[in-house]
Amino acid sequence: MISMDTKTIDEAVELAKFEQKIANEEKIEPSDWMPEAYRKNVIRQMSQHAHSEIIGMQPEGNWITRAPTLRRKAVLLSKVQDEGGHGLYLYSATETLGITRSEMIEALQSRKAKYASIFNYPTLTWADIGAIGWLVDGAAIVNQISLQRTSYGPYARAMVRICKEESFHQRQGYEIMYELAHGTPVQKQMAQDAMNRFWWPSLMMFGPHDADSAHSGQSILWKVKRESNDFLRQKFIDQSVVQIEVLGLELPDPEIVWNEERGHYDSGPIDWDEFKRVINGGGPCNYQRIKHHKKAHQEGEWVREAVRAYRLKQQTKNVA
Amino acid sequence: MNSIQTNEENKTSLFRFVVALADDSVILSHRLSEWCSNGPYLEEDIALANIALDYIGRARMFYQYAAEVEGENRSEDDLAYLRTEREFTNLIIHELPIGDFAFTMVRQFFLDVFYHLYLQELVKSKDQTVAAIAQKAIKETRYHLKRSEPWIRQLAEGTTESRDRILLAIDELKEVVGELFDMPSWEIELVEAGIAVDRQSLKPAWDKHVQAFLSASDIDFEDTRLQITGGREGIHSEHLGHLLSDMQYLQKTYPGMKW
Ligand SMILES: [Fe+2]
Ligand SMILES: [Fe+2]
Repeated sequence: MISMDTKTIDEAVELAKFEQKIANEEKIEPSDWMPEAYRKNVIRQMSQHAHSEIIGMQPEGNWITRAPTLRRKAVLLSKVQDEGGHGLYLYSATETLGITRSEMIEALQSRKAKYASIFNYPTLTWADIGAIGWLVDGAAIVNQISLQRTSYGPYARAMVRICKEESFHQRQGYEIMYELAHGTPVQKQMAQDAMNRFWWPSLMMFGPHDADSAHSGQSILWKVKRESNDFLRQKFIDQSVVQIEVLGLELPDPEIVWNEERGHYDSGPIDWDEFKRVINGGGPCNYQRIKHHKKAHQEGEWVREAVRAYRLKQQTKNVA
Repeated sequence: MNSIQTNEENKTSLFRFVVALADDSVILSHRLSEWCSNGPYLEEDIALANIALDYIGRARMFYQYAAEVEGENRSEDDLAYLRTEREFTNLIIHELPIGDFAFTMVRQFFLDVFYHLYLQELVKSKDQTVAAIAQKAIKETRYHLKRSEPWIRQLAEGTTESRDRILLAIDELKEVVGELFDMPSWEIELVEAGIAVDRQSLKPAWDKHVQAFLSASDIDFEDTRLQITGGREGIHSEHLGHLLSDMQYLQKTYPGMKW
């Protein structure tokens, strides 16, 4: 009884300290005490972010060998390589919360952990690579800039580092779109089609409306998330409409109109049924993405086994 | 009249020499990039993409220079995307499918040892552009070799399975390494002019390096087999056509467009 009380008192003190830090905009560091629910919340968000970087390599990788020029090929290759680096960096940062990379990968492969739903759509044409760089990385930047102020220290620092590379990603995507939109009619059509297909899933990347967002409330209180889904989505819409005008493409949503009073663009309703369907495994590529990930993982098993065996042999040698 | 003819001949030889080096690089880069999201470790996806990037960088520099030498207003992309499989003159070893990780790493090891020797000579080329490209490439290759050697060591001495896979890959690649040391007639000409490297002369050092490295893992390496050749003449394996139809897909489906 006594020890339990002591524990409760200790915890209450720690919790008060933790909450004070959050209130003071101080970062929570790996060695700091944190509520279990906070730890879980941050693990969920960070690992989901890491998985998104990794799964995103598949639809973009789909065009590396078919990029139309050497320059585009080199740029895309280095972009996708960056994403791999982001994944790696985020996995390591998440490990500071006491979970291993293989546990995270296991959660991904068993569909317990999620990744950005947008990567469950296929990249059908070269313009899709433009649309992904421009819209998907664009949406990611809007989100990640706000996450530079997230309360978990390693996550905030990862975002600062990652954001530096993201603007190059968005630029290369927009450049592809610009070239196509100013090219032949068939290229312009390709760009329009890609934008139309990726527009709505990009808006969905910000998650459900604030009123319907399961994790948002607590995340905002703990300052894991710094801005609401709807606020960030609006920011993205506003910046994108201007960019679409520069491209000279038709708006992907006929209801987009400037609202003088709000100082923002209004837009049409999002198909949340589609969002739910895709996030729960019913998108065109959900099955394919996880299958691919598992296949690569299984095919690499003999390599990892060999590395473990070799290390063990070296250790035994060194001891002897 | 005579001197102009000689120049034209030199120009053709130089073009063939440079464009072949570009072809070697772009084709290997293509293969390496196929590992993207398929590697045994995320770290390997990244590292192999990085090496693919080095090779595409080389390919671009060589193609740009080849286009300049040719003087026919062709671009790097015209050379890479609008030539046929019979016009590509890469050596066959670069075009073989990636196979398993052992195959990819053994090929990389063989090539890294080769390019390490080759580029050390190529930096001395009297052609300043070629020498400058080699200068940049040699730094990359040093790093590539530092990666491929430990991989061969670990896999050769890891498990029975990994060792078997390495032995199988060596066996398969033995047949195509010889072509690395062949000298086509136009390259012999350029060696005399101090521009190209005598590939044949690198063979003893390559053998010595590879044999010593492999014998430390108890692997005998003698490439006494008959060699498959023909890449420099545009006679390839069946794989190159498929690679090119993939690589050149957009340029061929939508001719004459800007991307
Ligand atoms: Fe990223
Ligand atoms: Fe990105």
